[in-house]
Amino acid sequence: MKDTEKKKTRLEKKFDKILIREDTGLIKNKKGSRAFRKLMSNRLAVAGIIIVSVILLASIFAPLICRYDPLKLDLRNKLQKPSMEHLIGTDQLGRDIFARIVYGGRVSILVGLGSALASAVVGVAIGAYTGYKGGLLDKIMLRLSELVMAFPQIILVLLLVTIMGQGLRNLIIIFTLTGWGGIYRMTRAQMLSLREEEYVQALRAFGLNNFSIAYKHMLPNAVGPIVVNITLSTAMFILYEAALSFLGLGVPLNIATWGNIVNIAQDLRYLQFFWWLWVPGAIVISLFVLGINFIGDGLRDSADPMQQG
Amino acid sequence: MSESIETILTLKDMETHFPIKKGVFKRTTGYVKAVDGVSLEVYRGETLALVGESGCGKTTLGKSILQLVKPTSGKIIYNDKTTERDLCRLSQKEMMEVNQKLQIVFQDPQSSLNPAFTIFGSLQDSLKAHGIKSKSERRKIIGDLLEAVNMRREQMDLYPHEFSGGQRQRIGIARALSIEPDLIVCDEAVSALDVSIQAQVLKLLKDIKEERNLTYIFITHDLSVVEYISDRVAVMYLGKIVELAEVEDLYASTMHPYTKALLSAIPVADLDRRKKRILLEGDVPSPVNPPSGCPFHPRCSQCQDICKTVVPELKRFETNGNEHYSACHFAEEQLSQ
Repeated sequence: MKDTEKKKTRLEKKFDKILIREDTGLIKNKKGSRAFRKLMSNRLAVAGIIIVSVILLASIFAPLICRYDPLKLDLRNKLQKPSMEHLIGTDQLGRDIFARIVYGGRVSILVGLGSALASAVVGVAIGAYTGYKGGLLDKIMLRLSELVMAFPQIILVLLLVTIMGQGLRNLIIIFTLTGWGGIYRMTRAQMLSLREEEYVQALRAFGLNNFSIAYKHMLPNAVGPIVVNITLSTAMFILYEAALSFLGLGVPLNIATWGNIVNIAQDLRYLQFFWWLWVPGAIVISLFVLGINFIGDGLRDSADPMQQG
Repeated sequence: MSESIETILTLKDMETHFPIKKGVFKRTTGYVKAVDGVSLEVYRGETLALVGESGCGKTTLGKSILQLVKPTSGKIIYNDKTTERDLCRLSQKEMMEVNQKLQIVFQDPQSSLNPAFTIFGSLQDSLKAHGIKSKSERRKIIGDLLEAVNMRREQMDLYPHEFSGGQRQRIGIARALSIEPDLIVCDEAVSALDVSIQAQVLKLLKDIKEERNLTYIFITHDLSVVEYISDRVAVMYLGKIVELAEVEDLYASTMHPYTKALLSAIPVADLDRRKKRILLEGDVPSPVNPPSGCPFHPRCSQCQDICKTVVPELKRFETNGNEHYSACHFAEEQLSQ
């Protein structure tokens, strides 16, 4: 008797516990989406959701939590160290850095998430259909995406900014135009392997139309990599915005964005002696990107019905 | 059996060729002749077995009938009691109507169900497309179908990975039955299952057929299955039909050396009656360059000069009053051996 108890593995014990709870009627058929429950039981994903929502909410309700205007110059108080007056100090023009970071989040998140989502919508919409259908349209779109991707992206962006002019909306449009290629190709590759599955042929044997097969039945099986890709490109676009702002072609320098804040570190003097000018901004960028990535991983796992949650 | 027979499907010189593309410019350098001139009649209410080695074009033939693979040439005439229609020349809308009558059960139970949906989720769209609008009605139909294949009604809310291979295959059958077809192509429907489950699924297929008055085209490479389920058998070799007969006649009076070799490979559980095994040498020749003359001649033990040059026609003979086709120059000599 003792022997058999010893041989129980951890998994078996876990199952035993579940069985006991089931017998006593503690486990009922849960309501709500299974994917959502799985996401909520993933600790990293929950941490990511908390980080991202804190930053997001702070940015949205910026006027309520900031005492200072992020654009107001105060040259008498420039380069102040962090204090009760200015939580993270002031920059070289006397602007409150905390306010700049909080307000900057509005622009940076909008650009990053907006461009990532917009390019995902474009890329997935084209990739899912042409990848499943094949034929001439597929060939044309593939060449087009190669054309866009073969061109150095930063030069293309600079060119488009010069043509279309600076501004937030233009920036998102330009990032979408230059960035849809990656996610399009990934979606297409997923669809190419999925379309050989027999359930797709079964759907065709029922005479379902191509749109329904491609978008409704095949796409959910490709959603994992797509979501991960969206999160990664959100991070990428936030950094891109920073780089462009530095070149003076992104968001105009007077508007606070995370990129504009961090770019002060280009100056060696500020980098060495005035850490509070750029470290907090960099931390917020990293935290936000990390949180988004955690959410992406959690979403991928919860979208996969073969994983237990 | 032979009185008042009605054909449900007629294939005329059907060919399905796949181009081979090579080089930078994707020039077509040749064709894989997967199905190479098949003419065949399927009668309403029968089970026609399609047998042959792997790579002989059985599956392609089955998929071509449903237009999952577009045939290169030939006619597929479907007779739905009122009209006769050539499936190769239908618009998408007309094909949709025909799809309601033609269905397919696939070989691989692993990949034949969509992993992202529950059984109800993946079956309901085809019902919706064929005109059943209310959700409760769809749930009822799918529940009934699951019960028809000996499963429980509640199982429609489970995901495919929660089922065993045999269960999944039965769900595949339920899916094919869902819009009440006339003809089902069973593409190696039991090959991926182990023997005990094979028997169970075969019996199920047979029962359902009698219950719903179906016609099967049963594609398989397993001749012991054929004997159990089918009425007539068509033997395929390199994209062509080489022998076609009632199942008893095919087993008792074989008229093609290839069929003989296939039959001799069935294991017999009788020590006294151990048969002489005819061993075929080599592989099926490449369907890109089929041999001249009779496609079987390089492997045939009775090959003569005429076999190397002249392609044998599928000729009609009679065995016990039933029609019996064979594509061999020496078909009648086969009987005496």
